Amino acid sequence: MNNSKNFFEIFSLPVSWEIDIEALDTKFRALQKVLHPDGYANKNDFEQRLAVQAAATINQAYQTIKNPLSRAQYLLELKGLDADQESHVTSDGQFLMNQMLLREQLSEIKANKGPKQALTALSIDAKKTALAIQNEFASQYQIEAYNEAFSTLAKMQFATKFVNDISELEADLEEL
Amino acid sequence: MALLQISEPGQSPQPHQRKNAVGIDLGTTNSLVATVRSGIEAILPDEQGRDLLPSVVHYIPEGVSCVGHEAAEHNSTDPLNTLSSIKRLLGRGVDDIKTLGDTLPYEFTSDEGGMPRINTAYGVVSPIQVSAEILRKLAGRAELALDGMLDGAVITVPAYFDDAQRQATKDAATLAGIKVLRLLNEPTAAAIAYGLDAEITEDESQQRLIAVYDLGGGTFDISILRLSKGVFEVLATGGDSALGGDDFDHAIANWLRIELAMGETLDVVEQRILLEVAKSAKQELSQKEQVEIEVLETALVLTREKMHELVDDLIEKTLKACKRSMRDAKIDVNSIDEVVLVGGSTRMPRVSEKVTELFGLKPKCTIDPDLVVAMGAAKQADVLVGNNTDGDMLLLDVIPLSLGIETMGGLTEKIIHRNTTIPVAKAQEFTTFKDGQTAMSIHVVQGDRELVSDCRSLARFELQGIPPMVAGGAKIQVSYQVDADGLLNVSARELSSGVESRIEVKPSYGLSDNEITQMLQDSFSHARDDMRLRALREQQVEADRMLEDLRAAIEKDGQSLLDDSELQCLHLALDELQQLRENSEDHRQLAAQIETVGKTSEEFAARRMDASIKQALAGLSLDDALK
Repeated sequence: MNNSKNFFEIFSLPVSWEIDIEALDTKFRALQKVLHPDGYANKNDFEQRLAVQAAATINQAYQTIKNPLSRAQYLLELKGLDADQESHVTSDGQFLMNQMLLREQLSEIKANKGPKQALTALSIDAKKTALAIQNEFASQYQIEAYNEAFSTLAKMQFATKFVNDISELEADLEEL
Repeated sequence: MALLQISEPGQSPQPHQRKNAVGIDLGTTNSLVATVRSGIEAILPDEQGRDLLPSVVHYIPEGVSCVGHEAAEHNSTDPLNTLSSIKRLLGRGVDDIKTLGDTLPYEFTSDEGGMPRINTAYGVVSPIQVSAEILRKLAGRAELALDGMLDGAVITVPAYFDDAQRQATKDAATLAGIKVLRLLNEPTAAAIAYGLDAEITEDESQQRLIAVYDLGGGTFDISILRLSKGVFEVLATGGDSALGGDDFDHAIANWLRIELAMGETLDVVEQRILLEVAKSAKQELSQKEQVEIEVLETALVLTREKMHELVDDLIEKTLKACKRSMRDAKIDVNSIDEVVLVGGSTRMPRVSEKVTELFGLKPKCTIDPDLVVAMGAAKQADVLVGNNTDGDMLLLDVIPLSLGIETMGGLTEKIIHRNTTIPVAKAQEFTTFKDGQTAMSIHVVQGDRELVSDCRSLARFELQGIPPMVAGGAKIQVSYQVDADGLLNVSARELSSGVESRIEVKPSYGLSDNEITQMLQDSFSHARDDMRLRALREQQVEADRMLEDLRAAIEKDGQSLLDDSELQCLHLALDELQQLRENSEDHRQLAAQIETVGKTSEEFAARRMDASIKQALAGLSLDDALK
């Protein structure tokens, strides 16, 4: 498979924050139908390896575009801004302060193993925040304010991790 | 050992002949083999008409005395040489045995490699060898029924099997001389057996969410799948590769032991007796409210209610795994359209009662839960071997447990997360932490816990020859690749110098490639000629496959994708292969030419793949234009 293509080009989709999920799904399936190693199980080793690599690339491209956080990260990577570094943090003090408070609330619920209602409330709130940050990113990316978008991406990483941590705790509490 | 059928050399098969492909369910308690005949999948029974082969191997000083029903008869009389439930040990380390050991009354020896081995009258055997005996027996059954050598098999594994357990299964197949087309997850196989029903695939717009609850003798799996337009997409999978009906028997046996006022430590014969009694009591309680038990000259009564008390905790564990998987799949229990029961242990009314309660749905079990996995595997084998080319099925499966690497402080850093669609490749960069560091050891682990010590250690290897730099100066890229069998390959590379180290992850408790080759040779050592003939036959089959495949490819795409000289080159290589195929009796010579043709056709293969990508996308935009 041609490795010089970016993930959007693989699916003949425009490089953009807005994506047509249905078109992405359809194209992903169409490509996997011709590339998946299952179609090469009876071929020689070389062709099998080729199929494994191609299908792995398609899977990675699909997941990267489908997931908002990785899509945002990838869009900026294409603009030469690499967020895959530990030094990438936001300088928005207000936001960081807020995050710290929310984190404290989560630790408290974790320590007390509840109450569940508090966790649900936190979850709803966190998802709302995450969505608002996504919208902020979208408008900055739209007007090509990439450095601002890059800063927003750091917030997006925080917010997404927080949503995931809440969901983990919800699962843990459910299993008690 | 059953000798496999070998065709006469030089006897060329008909082109486009149907290939012999089977699905094998290698189970903890029972194993099966199935195939597709005239479009319908069927279990291949033994000569007495029995579908199930008990997964039991009996050893005598001369070797394997018998496998299956006959072997099971030695269970109580010769327990140490009658190996059953061996799947529980497959791909496990010596340490695992400490937790499983008391439930498996064998004499273990651990030797180099950390893989547990069992002392028998024949000598020391590994779980992989024992599994190979079972596979060999099934392959023999299939070759007899299909009247010819097998072209390939799909072998099922529990979805929750880790890399070591999968690799061990594949090694067992290699040892049994079986070409593995794919390792297929058991719940996915069951979904295939059910899911190709017309009701599901005909309505193109419809998508259905299916939960497959698979409780076997020694393993539990739950898989959540989305079915739409011929696509089987596993959204999440979970389970416990050491929980099954066996554990119910042990819980009941333990109760018996206490009721009979027997001590903590029983001898193997007592253990076996209690287990057999427990097992039959469990089965009887599926029909009756209570059973009278006569054991060791004492009469006891076990009520259904009491049994529920004994096993409910175990069932509860499976339900928790179900909830976790639905959460991973990001779906609500109410959106599940169908629940499918798989595995002999789901015959227990208590199990289906609890599953019904959780999902709020009456589970489907219209296909015999003991047979369904093998039937699904047979369907998939038929597709993979190329018999069924009009099928438009796509199967997207996932890895069950995260794959990671050990970092500072004994912590795990995940590189590929659980429930990621396979095949998958991911790379991560690391750096040196000391000035002038020239080597880095890499510890590959599998599991979802934070501490390395709580995860499964898969392999350790070292990247050497890193040019000396200041701490943090080197860039070491570690790449993980998981193939469609769920098997992992790891490579590491220092980016500035290009120093590379690559390993196929061979778990510390597996067999090395050399060991496998040695064992294969040993098994043929009494019959050199058979080995030579078999090797030749295998190369001939490969040559035929290649000739047929490439000629069809040239006919289709030769003109458009190759220039005249490339085309001529390929034709020459193919003609030589054809000529050797007909006249050579040297399998090495034939193998060498197969290799040459393979190399010559690599560029063609790559171009064909690119063309098919273009075509797939072009086909879609055409569909759009026609709308």
